[in-house]
Amino acid sequence: MSSTATSHDHADADHDHKPGFLDRWVFTTNHKDIGTLYLLFAIFAGIVGGAFSGLIRWELFEPGLQVFAKGSMLDSMGIFDLSNPDHAKHAYNSIVTAHAVIMIFFMVMPAMIGGFGNWFVPIMIGSPDMAFPRLNNISFWMLIASWILLCTSIFTPSGPGGEHGFAGGWTMYPPMSSHIGSPGPAMDLVILSFHLAGASSILGAINFITTIFNMRAPGMTLHRMPLFAWSVLVTAFLLLLSLPVLAGAITMLLTDRNFGTAFFDPTGGGDPIMFQHLFWFFGHPEVYILILPGFGIISHIVSTFSKKPVFGYLAMAYAMVAIGFVGFIVWAHHMYTVGLSFDLRAYFVLATMVIAVPTGVKVFSWIATMWGGSIEFKTPMLWAIGFIFLFTVGGVTGVVLSNAAVDYSLQDTYYVVAHFHYVLSLGAVFSIFAGFYYWFEKMYGVKYNEFLGNLHFWIMFVGVNLIFFPQHFLGLQGMPRRYVDYPTGFTYWNQMSSIGYAITIVGVIVFLVMFVEALIVRRKGVANPWGEGATTLEWTLSSPPPYHQFSELPVIKDEDEHH
Amino acid sequence: MAHHGVKHDYHIINPSPWPLMGSASAVVWALGMVVGMRGLFGIAKGEWWLMLTGLALIILTMVFWWRDVIKESKAGDHTPVVQIGLRYGMIMFIASEVMFFVSFFWIFFEMALFHGQRSGAMCGIQEVCEAWSKWPPEGVETLDAWHLPLVNTLLLLTSGTTVTWAHHALQQGDRKGAIQGLLLTVILGALFTLVQGFEYMEVLHEHNFHFFLFPDAAGATGAANLYGSAFFMATGFHGFHVLIGTIFLIVCLLRAINGDFTPKKHFGFEAAAWYWHFVDVVWLFLFAFIYVIFGRSH
Repeated sequence: MSSTATSHDHADADHDHKPGFLDRWVFTTNHKDIGTLYLLFAIFAGIVGGAFSGLIRWELFEPGLQVFAKGSMLDSMGIFDLSNPDHAKHAYNSIVTAHAVIMIFFMVMPAMIGGFGNWFVPIMIGSPDMAFPRLNNISFWMLIASWILLCTSIFTPSGPGGEHGFAGGWTMYPPMSSHIGSPGPAMDLVILSFHLAGASSILGAINFITTIFNMRAPGMTLHRMPLFAWSVLVTAFLLLLSLPVLAGAITMLLTDRNFGTAFFDPTGGGDPIMFQHLFWFFGHPEVYILILPGFGIISHIVSTFSKKPVFGYLAMAYAMVAIGFVGFIVWAHHMYTVGLSFDLRAYFVLATMVIAVPTGVKVFSWIATMWGGSIEFKTPMLWAIGFIFLFTVGGVTGVVLSNAAVDYSLQDTYYVVAHFHYVLSLGAVFSIFAGFYYWFEKMYGVKYNEFLGNLHFWIMFVGVNLIFFPQHFLGLQGMPRRYVDYPTGFTYWNQMSSIGYAITIVGVIVFLVMFVEALIVRRKGVANPWGEGATTLEWTLSSPPPYHQFSELPVIKDEDEHH
Repeated sequence: MAHHGVKHDYHIINPSPWPLMGSASAVVWALGMVVGMRGLFGIAKGEWWLMLTGLALIILTMVFWWRDVIKESKAGDHTPVVQIGLRYGMIMFIASEVMFFVSFFWIFFEMALFHGQRSGAMCGIQEVCEAWSKWPPEGVETLDAWHLPLVNTLLLLTSGTTVTWAHHALQQGDRKGAIQGLLLTVILGALFTLVQGFEYMEVLHEHNFHFFLFPDAAGATGAANLYGSAFFMATGFHGFHVLIGTIFLIVCLLRAINGDFTPKKHFGFEAAAWYWHFVDVVWLFLFAFIYVIFGRSH
C-alpha cells in the first residue's frame, strides 16, 4: 500500500473543485468524467444493439416470416420499412448488420477502452490524468458523431429497390457494398461513420500509448505495471496499426462507389477479394482489441478475490503482447473459402493455432492464481470465473474453426456465430460486467446490492448459454448465418435459442434495477471494499476518487506489489 | 502551474468547447459528402455547399484548438515531461499514417508483383484473370521515372535539407536563417505540388491509364482502370499529405517570424519537420516502386 497517495488528496480544496454542468459533462477534459460518459453511452448502445438482437431472435423463433413482414407487430410500430417482402427481408439483414456494428464499435470498445481504460489506466499507473485530455474529449464526441451517421444510414435508402439500411454485414464485402449491391446513400453514410469511429479510436490509442509510456509514477516500471494497463497498452497498439488499414480500404470503397476507381470492381480489373484482405488485416486485430482489455480486468479480479498476486505476472503481460503480435498475421483464416492457394491456407492454419499457446498461458495462469487461494465468490468473481469458463469454450471452438478443411463446411454457419458470441457476448461482455461490479463502488462511491448482482449473473449465465450453445448444433447441421428464414428441421434449437434470449433480457433488467437501486439507496462506499487482495493504486484513493488525483505523485517500491 | 498544491509537472487542461465543435463539424462534413456524392435529405446530388460548410467549420476548429495550444505553450504549461508526451503523440500519429499508406501500397504490390499468380492457379473470376494476365496492364502507358517524377524527387530531397538548415539555425538562435530555411522549404513543397498537378493533367489529357474521375458509359475499361486507380490513390493521398505538410510548415514560418521559437524549445517546428521527412520517405517509396521499378524505365 502506498501511504503517500491518500494523505494529501483532500488537503487542497482547489483540485477537488468540480466545474459546472457544461464544463463537466460536455467540454470536459477529466479522464474520469470522460470514462463515465463512455460507460453511459456503452450501456445505451448496448440496449439498442440488444434490442436489435431481440428482433433477430423473435423472427427466428419460428420458420417463415413473422416479424419482418407486412402487418406484423414490428410493422405496426412503423420504424422499419417492411412494405413488401423484399424490403422486409432486407430490413432483417440491415438489423443483423447494425447489431454487429453497434455491439463492436459502440458497446464493447467504448465500455472497455473508453470507459474502464479512461477511468483506471491513469490511476493504476499513478498519473493525474491522460496525456492529452482535450484529445480524450474529442475521441468521445467523435464516437457520437459516428453514431449519428450510422443511425441515419439505417433509415436511408440502400438496396437496388430502395430498401432502407445497409444489409451486407459489418464486413462490408463488395460487391454487396459497391454501387451494384447498394446504390443508395446508406452505404456512404456507413463508410463515413466508420471513418469517424476509426479517427476516434486512433486518437484514443495515441493518448493511451503516450500516457502509459510518459506518465507512470516514479518507480512504476513497465514490469511493475498492473495487467489492465498492459492490456490497454497492447490494445492501443493494435488500434493504432490496424485501423488506418481499414480506413484505407473503406476510402477505396468510397472512391469505387463515387469517383470511378475500380479497386474492388472486376469489370475495371479490380478484385473484391482484395477488400477482404484489407478488411481482415484490420478485422482480426479488431477482435483482439475487443477481448484484450477483458483479459486485463479478469486478471485483477481473480487476483483480488483469491487474495493472491497474479500467477506468472510477466508471462501474463507478454502473453498479451504475443497475442497482439500474432493477431496481425492470421487474417486470412477468415477467408479460407475464397480460393486461397493450398500453401496460404496451410500457413494461416498454423499461425492461427499458434495463438492458442499464449491464450492457454493466460487461462492456466488464471486457474493457477485461484489455486490454493482463499477465494471469495463476490459478484465480480462470479463474472470472472464465468468469463474463464465460457471464453475457453469459445477459444476451443476457435481452434476447431482454424482448420481450413473443417472451415470449408462450417464457414458462414451458425457454428461460427456460436463461436464468436462465446468469446464476445459471453467473453468480452462478461468481463465488462465483471469490471463494472468490481469498480462500481470505486467509480460512483456507492455500494451495489450483492444479491441483485448475484441474481444478474446467474440469470444471464443461464440465458446466454441457452442462446448460443444450441447454435453450435444448428451450425453443425448446416444452418447458414444471415438468413431471415430456415427449414422446419432447425426449429427446435432456434426456439431454445430464442427462449435463452428472453431469459437474458430478464438478466439485463436485473442489471438496470441493480444500477438504479444502488444510486437511489446510496449505501456509502469505502476506499477499498475488497480487502487485502486489492493492491492496485485505485484502492488507495477515496471512493469516488478526488476530481484530480495524485497532485503529489505516489512513489512505487517493489514490495508494494501494485500489480 | 496555476493550481497551488499541485506537485507534478503534467499539464491538466481546462474544459474546452473545441472537441464538441470539431465533432459536430465532422458530422456536417460527412453528411455534406453524402449529399454531394449521392443526394440526401431531398438535396440533389452534386450540391457540395453542406460539405464545404463542414470543412470550413473543421478548419475553424483546428485554428481555435491550436491557438489554445500555442497560448498554453507560451504560458509555460509545456514542461519538459509534457514535451516528451507531445513527441510520443506525434510519433504515434505518423505511425498510424504509415499504416494508412500500407493499404494503398498493398493494392499496388498485389497488382504489380502477384499478377502472374492471380491470373494462373488462383484464377477465380474470369475478368480478373484476364485483367491481371499482363504487366503493365493492357492499355496502360506507365510514366517515365526520369522525367517529372525525378524533378519531384529532387525537389523533396532538397526540401529535406532546407528544413534541416532551418532546424540548425533555430538551435543556434539564428532566427533569420531559420526563416530563410523554412521559406525555401515551403517554396519547394509548393513547387512539388505544382509539378504533380502538371503531371496529373498530362496523364489525364493523354489518357495514359484510361482513368476517368467521373466515368461515363464509354470510359473505364479493363485493368487500365485498376492501374489508374492505384496510381492516383497512392500518389494523390501522398500529394494531399504534402499539402498538409506545407501548411504545417507555413504555420511554423509565421511562428518563427513571430518569434515563438527559442533555441531550446520549438517542438511545433520539430513536429512539422518530422512530418515533412515522413512525407519525403513515402515519396521515395512511391518513386522507387511506382515510377522506377514497375514503371517505364524498367
